[in-house]
Amino acid sequence: MTEESRGFLERERFRELFDRLLVRGYQTIAPVVRDGTIVYAEVSGPEDLPRGLRDLQTPGSYRLEAEESGRFFAWANGPQALKPLLFAPREILWETRRESDGALSFSSSSPSPRPLAVIGIRACDLSALALSDRHFGKGPFPDPGYALRRRDLFLVAVDCSHLADTCFCVSTGDGPEAQSGFDLALGELDSGFLVRSGSEKGRELLRELSLPPPESSMEEALKIQGDRARSSQTRRLPSRNLQNALASRPDHPHWNNLAARCLSCGNCTSVCPTCFCFSEREEPALDGCSSLHLREWDSCFTAGHSYIHPAPLRGETRFRYRQWLTHKLDYWHDQYGRSGCVGCGRCISWCPVGIDFTEDLPLLLGEADGH
Amino acid sequence: MTMSGSARPEENSKTTPPKPRIAVLKLASCDGCQLAFLGLGDKLLELSGQAEIVHFAEAGPLGPLTGLDITFIEGSLSTREDHDMVLSVRKESRFLVTIGACATSGGIQALRNLASGPLLSSLYPSPEVIDFLDQSTPVASLVPVDLELWGCPVTGDQILLALRSLLFGALPPVQTDKVCLECKRRGIACVTVTKQIPCLGPVTLTGCGALCPSFDRGCYGCFGPAENPETSSLARSFSGLGLTPAEIARRFLFINSNAPAFREEGRRWQGGDPHE
Repeated sequence: MTEESRGFLERERFRELFDRLLVRGYQTIAPVVRDGTIVYAEVSGPEDLPRGLRDLQTPGSYRLEAEESGRFFAWANGPQALKPLLFAPREILWETRRESDGALSFSSSSPSPRPLAVIGIRACDLSALALSDRHFGKGPFPDPGYALRRRDLFLVAVDCSHLADTCFCVSTGDGPEAQSGFDLALGELDSGFLVRSGSEKGRELLRELSLPPPESSMEEALKIQGDRARSSQTRRLPSRNLQNALASRPDHPHWNNLAARCLSCGNCTSVCPTCFCFSEREEPALDGCSSLHLREWDSCFTAGHSYIHPAPLRGETRFRYRQWLTHKLDYWHDQYGRSGCVGCGRCISWCPVGIDFTEDLPLLLGEADGH
Repeated sequence: MTMSGSARPEENSKTTPPKPRIAVLKLASCDGCQLAFLGLGDKLLELSGQAEIVHFAEAGPLGPLTGLDITFIEGSLSTREDHDMVLSVRKESRFLVTIGACATSGGIQALRNLASGPLLSSLYPSPEVIDFLDQSTPVASLVPVDLELWGCPVTGDQILLALRSLLFGALPPVQTDKVCLECKRRGIACVTVTKQIPCLGPVTLTGCGALCPSFDRGCYGCFGPAENPETSSLARSFSGLGLTPAEIARRFLFINSNAPAFREEGRRWQGGDPHE
């Protein structure tokens, strides 16, 4: 465990963080406003960030509006966490060529990513990153593309001060403050940032910034801010551990109520920072001598996901919704030792029909199962 | 006259099997899918080295429709001539592929299937000279079809991938994903969630690359119903976004009005909110 260093970065000096990252060879990714939401994109400095904005999120709706404090992080989250940066939505895995003697040759396609620094990662998304690392990065066959992209990441987290109505990270134990897995973490006040290190890389960068130590009043203000955020959160999961609670209710009638609303469109799984399903396909060249093997984001809401000749095992929406939620909250414990939900609330906001499973869970766990 | 003149001399000197014969046919349509084919440009020249394009009106060749390996059909069955041509070409084709909304579902002209009253006399000064079938229908309503490529129009990439696979003698994997998945893969913010724009993406087959949402428009459903289209829930959500029942009906009864999933949902809303 690296010793934590702390310092205070005035708002006017925020640019220095970007400058230091640039000097260290990082391409910096940070939140920017695009298409009415906030997404990660390449930035050159603090001027690109969504300053003085907050997000209004409700089931099936996401809006940005002006806010008074002029802070950079007075909002909760956008449609994506770090997932697209590491688990590419579409990538070439290998190319097959037919040689002149008829033999096939295969060449793997490795990404050659530049080292990335990501500013603005939230606590829930750090938890999701830890889960993705376990899924893609561990075990006997780590995913090479994921590992290459993951290797040189510099992570600058931000403690959440303005939660969205759709957040429920307190009940999953993942937020609102960044706990681990970052290089630096920022706590934002109107006057600037209280910066703390979470790794040796982070400590070095903090040293280069040579910041004054934070005043105790700042520490106190941040604590009050965090407590206020925590107590403002109204949505919650009934329990952090629903192992066997859903799998034991496959025929609960409320699954049908969910299926009657669900579009089976895969928006929830696509914005979920821990969903990792993909499909693979061939894209042959017209000359018939070569073919690209592609991997793309898939979803348990597609037919292909459960297709076993001659038909999908989960042909109907109710089976697909049940699979998603049961896997996420129940089977994940068997696989990864915790729930697959980090409480970011994206599946609620980005569902086109506004399904909010935190409202449905108590009904699914209730006794209305025919007894 | 074919487009196969670019084969290299050394290939001609070998005893190679004859090139597969390809035809592109047109029924009742706007020619947009043929143009998507034509828009392949250099790839089309490359294709002419591997296959003989015997019939393709937009590109020039109008050879006889016999002994065909792959036949692409654009357009819906709308006249007696269409009907006869499809019956004949089916017998002459190893693979029959429909391209576009018209050939695959009946197209936008299938809106006339839903019309009541004297349609012809309200449109034409001399309706007696118009000779057409009662309904505009997809090719598959008359003959077995090996592969259906949806779209209005189809894209060049769809055609290329299908062609390559068919030239290998195999049917390509069928795309079934919804537009939503493609929006998310491309990082396009959902227009319904951010701007309350009604969008058919959640029930529509992808293939366009989520074109309209990338320009801040809702999906029009050009590529027809996706697998497992939950049209009922989506229509109810359109109502919640402020569309009237008539407007909801028109969303579904548009480019693919004759595709069963869209037709049934559209009709349910034609007479008012079916849930009231």
